[in-house]
Amino acid sequence: MRLTELFAELRREKRPAFIPYLMAGDPTADATVAMLVMLRTVGADIVEVGIPYGDPLADGPTIAAAGQRALAHGGGVAQTLDIIAKASPASPPIVVFSYFNPLLQYGFERFAREAKRAGAVGVIVPDVILEEAHSLQSALAAEGLDMPLLVAPTTAKARAARICAQATGFVYVVSRLGVTGAGSTPDFTPLHDQISRLREVTTMPLAVGFGVSNVGHVKDVAAHADGIIVGSALIDAYAKSAPEDAVAAVQAFVTPLIAASRA
Amino acid sequence: MKPDARGYFGAFGGRYVPEVLVAALEELEAAVDLAFADAAFWAEYHRILGEFVGRPSPIYATTRYAHDVSAAPLVLKREDLNHTGAHKINNTVGQALLARRMGKKRLIAETGAGQHGVASAVVGAKFGFPVDVYMGALDVERQALNVYIMQLLGATVHPVTGGTQTLKDATNEAFRVWAAQVEETFYVIGSVVGAHPYPYMVREFQRVIGDEARAQCLERYGRLPSDVIACVGGGSNAMGIFAGFVDDPSVRLWGVEAGGDGLETPRTAAALGAGSVGVLHGSRSYLLQTAQGQVRDTHSISAGLDYPGVGPEHAYLKDSGRATYVPITDTQALEAFHEFARCEGIIPALESAHAIAFARNLAAERGPDDLILVNLSGRGDKDLAQIRAL
Ligand SMILES: Cc1ncc(COP(=O)(O)O)c(C=O)c1O
Repeated sequence: MRLTELFAELRREKRPAFIPYLMAGDPTADATVAMLVMLRTVGADIVEVGIPYGDPLADGPTIAAAGQRALAHGGGVAQTLDIIAKASPASPPIVVFSYFNPLLQYGFERFAREAKRAGAVGVIVPDVILEEAHSLQSALAAEGLDMPLLVAPTTAKARAARICAQATGFVYVVSRLGVTGAGSTPDFTPLHDQISRLREVTTMPLAVGFGVSNVGHVKDVAAHADGIIVGSALIDAYAKSAPEDAVAAVQAFVTPLIAASRA
Repeated sequence: MKPDARGYFGAFGGRYVPEVLVAALEELEAAVDLAFADAAFWAEYHRILGEFVGRPSPIYATTRYAHDVSAAPLVLKREDLNHTGAHKINNTVGQALLARRMGKKRLIAETGAGQHGVASAVVGAKFGFPVDVYMGALDVERQALNVYIMQLLGATVHPVTGGTQTLKDATNEAFRVWAAQVEETFYVIGSVVGAHPYPYMVREFQRVIGDEARAQCLERYGRLPSDVIACVGGGSNAMGIFAGFVDDPSVRLWGVEAGGDGLETPRTAAALGAGSVGVLHGSRSYLLQTAQGQVRDTHSISAGLDYPGVGPEHAYLKDSGRATYVPITDTQALEAFHEFARCEGIIPALESAHAIAFARNLAAERGPDDLILVNLSGRGDKDLAQIRAL
């Protein structure tokens, strides 16, 4: 199913998409596959799967460390595609999250072809802005893959309109200044204004990420957005447990969040 | 040359950053365009370079070094005589003036060896900005004296523990901190790297080296140099001196990269010589990376050259053939360091020793009608503890 159809269906159900983020290969490749399958059984709507990268400019310490761990045991583009291929028949729709350079080295056409074959539905690239998105986006489009683009609190309205017009699948709304991470207690009041302003320029689904980490945040964001992305807090939830307990730790963590997203 | 509207020198440059930084880069670009067109801005910049930095730096013909192999005059551009002992301060003065003009409240900077951190701390003190410097935890240990100097000057040094704990990770962290405090913070980048307009802006703040040197060569020798040589880490001292000569087709431009243990080994920092095209720290250029697109660990005896990337304009000059990039190994640089100190009475920075080593090789192929100009980008005081311990 294309992401736009999925969001249309959720709109009819009057609930936002719950979108957890996993780092491919952390704590192990098998655990990531198992997490992806489990996430469908507990009701996640879409999953973002991160390709580990050693220089993640948009990420805070939690995701950066998860990436380092995955790299230390063979993580990267190839392993991520492998994980997706194994999990996708039984997982929620998968959107790949990757920095630009690994995709550039892999080759855009080759990556698009193989990601499609593995069962992914889209690709998010946090260090590609509107002006640099074209060549990757057209390679992805040729395979029917979506490329959501990001808007930030600093993005001016006219620019946001152009980003929303070029994004496919959904628009990733960065909730705050800075990088990913569950650390501080976010104030989502400016986010609500940001979403209202975006609604004036687009009908695209708006999924919110960066800093969403507990039931309260999820309820707050669910009242306004079409999607809720939870990354660092989910990784924090299993990072301290043994690899064999990681799937259960993630399940225990996301279950109340999913319930909150549907309340 | 000015990069195109999207910040490209040919196929290199651009903006590969999180969206949150775009507004700040656009704001900076607009401020750069206005300031660069304002004679009063440049007048103040040059006044400070004169009174505070000690410019113009002289050119100086070597009296003994390489004279055993060549009759070609070998002329040094003495950036080592600047306040703080290197070219880095030309750039931090310019960026601090811009930060003040833009009403920014504080400065952040990345640093490897600490030279750019010190140059940033100096302008922070002078202009009254709080300064936060991000430095890999390994470098904090290796460069304890520069950490102390930065603190003495009132800056706060933040050790960065992620990744390889060196300059590349310090730069990542500075970008992240900038993203979190982007409205009031000015990010002072230390070389001709980063997203547009940084590579262009930093080059314009370093071109004073080349502009002065060109006029000085014409005045002293009545001719242009045959060859211009500079070491290349990120590439700012090289772009600065190249800028004065890039439109003179008779002048050959040589960039000297850190070969480390040699280009055929993994222990090198020669992005142009041993790397491939990719994206790092906001721009498309050459970098040392794995087949999977992960940035590789680098090595050089010289901390200031120990960086996996290189400024995009150098990538352009390499591919267009206008400049040639050559490696010098740790061993060759160290040998030149000692030889040069004993022959000239000048202790060069280890970075600059790479340029000096190549100059000797090139001089052997040149004659009395040629004129070799070498950018002596800094002095070696900062390296003495390291060299003494070898
Ligand atoms: C004396 C000196 N030369 C050269 C460099 C390398 O930087 P760049 O290539 O930007 O000139 C450094 C960096 O710390 C330095 O301190």
